[in-house]
Amino acid sequence: MKIHEYQGKAIFADFGVAVPEGYPAFTVDEAVAAAKKIGGKVIVKAQIHAGGRGKGGGVKLADGPDDVRRLAGEILGMRLVTHQTGAEGQEVQRLLIEKASSIARELYAGIVLDRSKACYAMMVSTEGGVEIEKVAAETPEKIVKEWIDPALGLQPYQLRNLAYALELKGKQVKEGVKVLKALWRAFEANDCSLMEINPLVVTEEGEVLALDAKLNFDDNALFRQPDLAGLRDMSEEDPNEVEASKYSLNYIKLDGTVGCMVNGAGLAMATMDIIKYHGGEPANFLDVGGVANAETVANGFRILLGDPNVKAVLVNIFGGIVRGDRIAGGIIDAMGQVKVKVPVVVRMEGTNAEQARKMLADSSLDFIVATTLDDAARKAVAAVKGGPA
Amino acid sequence: MSILVDKHTRLVVQGITGTEGSFHTAQMVEYGTQVVAGVTPGKGGQTDTNNVPIYNTVAQAKESRDANVAVIFVPPPFAADAILESIAAGLELVVCITEGIPTADMVKVKLALDKSDTRLIGPNCPGIITPGACKIGIMPGFIHTPGKVGVISRSGTLTYEAVDQLTKLGLGQSTAIGVGGDPIIGSTFLDLLKLYAADDDTEAVVLIGEIGGSAEEEAAAWITETGFTKPVVAFIAGQTAPPGRRMGHAGAIISGGQGTAQSKMETLRQAGIHVCDSPAKIGETVKQALGG
Repeated sequence: MKIHEYQGKAIFADFGVAVPEGYPAFTVDEAVAAAKKIGGKVIVKAQIHAGGRGKGGGVKLADGPDDVRRLAGEILGMRLVTHQTGAEGQEVQRLLIEKASSIARELYAGIVLDRSKACYAMMVSTEGGVEIEKVAAETPEKIVKEWIDPALGLQPYQLRNLAYALELKGKQVKEGVKVLKALWRAFEANDCSLMEINPLVVTEEGEVLALDAKLNFDDNALFRQPDLAGLRDMSEEDPNEVEASKYSLNYIKLDGTVGCMVNGAGLAMATMDIIKYHGGEPANFLDVGGVANAETVANGFRILLGDPNVKAVLVNIFGGIVRGDRIAGGIIDAMGQVKVKVPVVVRMEGTNAEQARKMLADSSLDFIVATTLDDAARKAVAAVKGGPA
Repeated sequence: MSILVDKHTRLVVQGITGTEGSFHTAQMVEYGTQVVAGVTPGKGGQTDTNNVPIYNTVAQAKESRDANVAVIFVPPPFAADAILESIAAGLELVVCITEGIPTADMVKVKLALDKSDTRLIGPNCPGIITPGACKIGIMPGFIHTPGKVGVISRSGTLTYEAVDQLTKLGLGQSTAIGVGGDPIIGSTFLDLLKLYAADDDTEAVVLIGEIGGSAEEEAAAWITETGFTKPVVAFIAGQTAPPGRRMGHAGAIISGGQGTAQSKMETLRQAGIHVCDSPAKIGETVKQALGG
């Protein structure tokens, strides 16, 4: 799960990480009121769940309340396009109005999971304010890491190593250590999966301040983080993906024309891949889970047909312990409930697969029955192009 | 003809009285697996519907029934604790089926594993099967057939697809293992390749990877270093997956341009592994690699 920058900064503040004074605003009037409260120069920052907001024109410096009124009016409601949003962009519905800081140095700090070492790592860089992926690719020596032993935790010497790597001087070292320590505490306490502060700045006054806050949370741990549920902003998510999650279906929209419905994530990815292999483009990823029944299949059809680009559907079910004839019955029922106007190719394998294929072929519904994975992909791609395989 | 589990394996089922646990216990018993005990705290002294004796703790199950392997069907909030209990009891192997364990819990489990002699398969996996001898997990037994191809995979149903292709071409399996779809898992491709290398009856290995992480690359590096001589056939799922999105499995995500299917396929090819572009070609590629 992702949250907005202003929500992340509120969490930081709770853990003692210094952040600039700032307030969220949902309307122009709220933005102006916030600017008056702060006084002086402020930054108007679009709040969407994507990076690259500054480059896209979603972050502006304002001289005072009048300037804030104009800028907030421009930014609220705009479709902000960044390298992370895709071409259609994301509508800005919230702003963060924040006191402008006098920046002396821009740094980077982050915490990630190191999968091969099976522990978390804190990393810092003196190259803040630019894409960290770029730093990692071009000047990897400028990223310094400390791995966090799960039994010992993040040790003071490691924090000092990181503070020195950031080239902090004098009492900034102590302050940097304090900030980095607080970031790890916030990470651990909230079951984060990723944390990035880009930039972490040193101000002209020598203060170490988090000007940014990117926090992602481990979806598997949300059950024990009840407070985080209130921070979810559904309007930032694809409505079809939200709808799918209500039925425990895993749906991700893509740009192609062949809709797919598959049981199991690996097989679902492989089905997308084989559609591409045969010259088609998958319209989505849809995993209906290990157990496919009439209800999950009907919901799956509704969701994937919500995408107008879908010109054919490929249903690929590998029946395991659930018998294929039952799943076939489910597909037939689902097709009765949902009006499907595009060709549907069904491939069933596993327990009682032959019986299942016969049921599908004998039903009054217009299925294209396929046998192997290859056969199914060919037939689906041909159906999009309007002809038989 | 196998690694890790065989007809002598004595299994304890953790979470045996739950819906999943009891259903799959029946399936495993039917396949011929020796299910010698179950564990559900508070239900010790009872027997389950398959007449399997239930204990309150794994230690009691091990002591009374000489169990050496555990399978876990415990819900995510309690699953890490269940793994730690089996490690503490000194079982040889723990297979965790549960999907949805918090990553922070698995970081701790991994630390405990490293200090112990216990091996973990999973979590978030279908389990492990030595066809005709022992099935531990949720895979359909009937698609498997005894033979000489090892199968290791990060997926569930895609593993069944690969096994089904092998079986239909007359290629049986020595042991097929789902290693799990999470970012932190007990046994990696590399860990298991070492076991297949030492198993005289495994003649080839199928490796089914996916986007995210670097487990495939680590396996490839080891194959290059050691000159692993058995043919390896691989498929990497997620060639069409968009970056930055989690594709169902918690571990299947391309982050910061790392872990793409294309780069994994390239690395595996450089290590001399037969990489299939299409998931429909796994079986025939193994057949060709074995000279058939």
